[in-house]
Amino acid sequence: MPKIIRKKLLINIIAVVMMFLLLCILFDTELLGRKAAYFNGLVTIGMFYTIIVCSLNLLTGYMGEFSLGHAGFMSIGAYASAIGTTLISNRTELPDIVLYIIAIIIGGMAAAIVGVLVGIPALRLSGDYLCIVTVAVAEIVRVILSNVGIEEITGNATFGKSFAGIARVSDYHYVFITMIICIAVMYSYIRSRYGRALISIREDRIAAAASGINVTKTKVLTFTISAAFAGVAGAIYAHYITTLVPTYFNFSKSSEFLAIVILGGSGSMTGSIIAAPILSALPQLISYVFPDFASYRMLIYAVVLVVVMIFKPTGLFGGKEFSLSDLILKPKSKKTQVLSQKVNQE
Amino acid sequence: MTKLIQSLMYGLNLGSIYALTALGYTMVYGIIRMINFAHGDFIMVGGFTLFYTIPVMKNLGMPLWLAVIAAIIVCVGVGVLTEQIAYKPVRGQGSTTALITALGMSLVLENGALVIFGSAPRNVSPMFSLPTIEIMGASIPGQTLLTLVIGFIVMAILSLFIKYTKLGKAMRAVPEDKVASTLVGINVNKIITITFAIGSGLAAVASMMYTTSYVSIKNELGITLGLKAFVAAVLGGIGSIPGAMIGGLLLGIVEILVKVYMLPGTYEAVTYLILIVVLLVRPTGLLGKAVSEKV
Repeated sequence: MPKIIRKKLLINIIAVVMMFLLLCILFDTELLGRKAAYFNGLVTIGMFYTIIVCSLNLLTGYMGEFSLGHAGFMSIGAYASAIGTTLISNRTELPDIVLYIIAIIIGGMAAAIVGVLVGIPALRLSGDYLCIVTVAVAEIVRVILSNVGIEEITGNATFGKSFAGIARVSDYHYVFITMIICIAVMYSYIRSRYGRALISIREDRIAAAASGINVTKTKVLTFTISAAFAGVAGAIYAHYITTLVPTYFNFSKSSEFLAIVILGGSGSMTGSIIAAPILSALPQLISYVFPDFASYRMLIYAVVLVVVMIFKPTGLFGGKEFSLSDLILKPKSKKTQVLSQKVNQE
Repeated sequence: MTKLIQSLMYGLNLGSIYALTALGYTMVYGIIRMINFAHGDFIMVGGFTLFYTIPVMKNLGMPLWLAVIAAIIVCVGVGVLTEQIAYKPVRGQGSTTALITALGMSLVLENGALVIFGSAPRNVSPMFSLPTIEIMGASIPGQTLLTLVIGFIVMAILSLFIKYTKLGKAMRAVPEDKVASTLVGINVNKIITITFAIGSGLAAVASMMYTTSYVSIKNELGITLGLKAFVAAVLGGIGSIPGAMIGGLLLGIVEILVKVYMLPGTYEAVTYLILIVVLLVRPTGLLGKAVSEKV
């Protein structure tokens, strides 16, 4: 491994460990007092939002296609993992961490399988048509989930159409590590051979095909990976909230995810990582102070979305990435970059 | 047999609601290649206008159908404003931006209605009080029949308008070739605005039909109705005006038949399944024209 990459890796690992310790200090000590549980919940929500928004960004930013059905994949992950863990914990007692890992794997796998099944036929389409097919798939999943009798499978009590009594194993320690792994995998995927092929398809599909890239394979692979991570986010959600309702995973939820991707900047993982926790947790924090805020939340998002589209269609980060290691290792080159930008502007 | 006729009538009624909405989608898509997600929400706007104007008309002693005129005016206003404020600035910035803007406007209308009207469903007071009519042993509410007739008349007028008037010809010319239409003296921007106005007006008529048959309205009404109308537009071939009508009517009849004769809970899934199958087997829809991709 070249020295510079090792150095960068070290810096990133140190940064991640420091963030983890910061969270531990905040929530495992008496620092926040009685409010610790509340903020803990906000952070957990922010983390699974980050996973699903990054997974959607993989499609939107790097493949250049829209999915307005990511809530559907999330619901598949959530339901599959919840049914799995409920069946297991009905029979044997397992430690939380094992149950959590099983949930994540089942959720990711289930969503990935559906992703392949949908992706192979649907990815022949593109643009608006693909977008509307993802909506249709998510709606079909929602209708099926509303009609299937979960209690017959798991034996759990259900209230109306909700699926209650799921084990609460999404502890923020595990979720944080999962999130880091997910982001690392997605980021490496983009930087890999497949990722470069993907970006070339986004830029020009026909030219990419002409230079020997298997367009369909790359697209299906990306779609599957994206669906799998949406499933992982669903599994985390199910084992944090512990009660699932099919109507939660509706069209509005999918559009909320897409709105966050666009506001953060499609094609920028940094944008998603910053926008997702802020846009998911901030409104809750504000409504903690002003209780009326909750109903204005989506209206404000929507207005901001339209305004951003009119004035800065690339979103907050617009395809740029922020790199901590570059900032530390190459302070000089950063300065020259800024200087050259200034020169360009003038 | 009685049940079949009854379901067919209800299917036609639901179908003409879809058809009127699908027309708005298809006309806008034909001209600017954009799925106007906000279109479904225009119906919601029309529904709330009816909810507030019908009691006013009642108090003033005026005929209640004037409320429909009010709904049309409000819907056309909202439609044209949406186009002028949000869609016009992003025109020519690619389909991605247009799609997201449309989605954003849909969310603005939907959540704006949530803030203004709240989330509780409202019941629109009936506009017509007509006796139930017996057709071959099947009893159909009179207002359903009346709205059905109104829906068909509106569609017929629209077809004639598109086919024979100068404006209608211009509206058909712009989707064919924007540059050439500009050359022959058509003001493309004006045509786009008029298309939005007509589409929103049709949405108002659809909202009248919807509230007469289903009474209850909510701020989220536009989402499902809009999505299904879009399915209808795709089914008939997006961009094709007769296609939207046929697609809408077909979809309405299929939905009601599935609801009555098969699984009542899953009829929505059937609708979306139809969409997926149509897109995969014949992406141009029933009456659409295939457009080959330019290299």
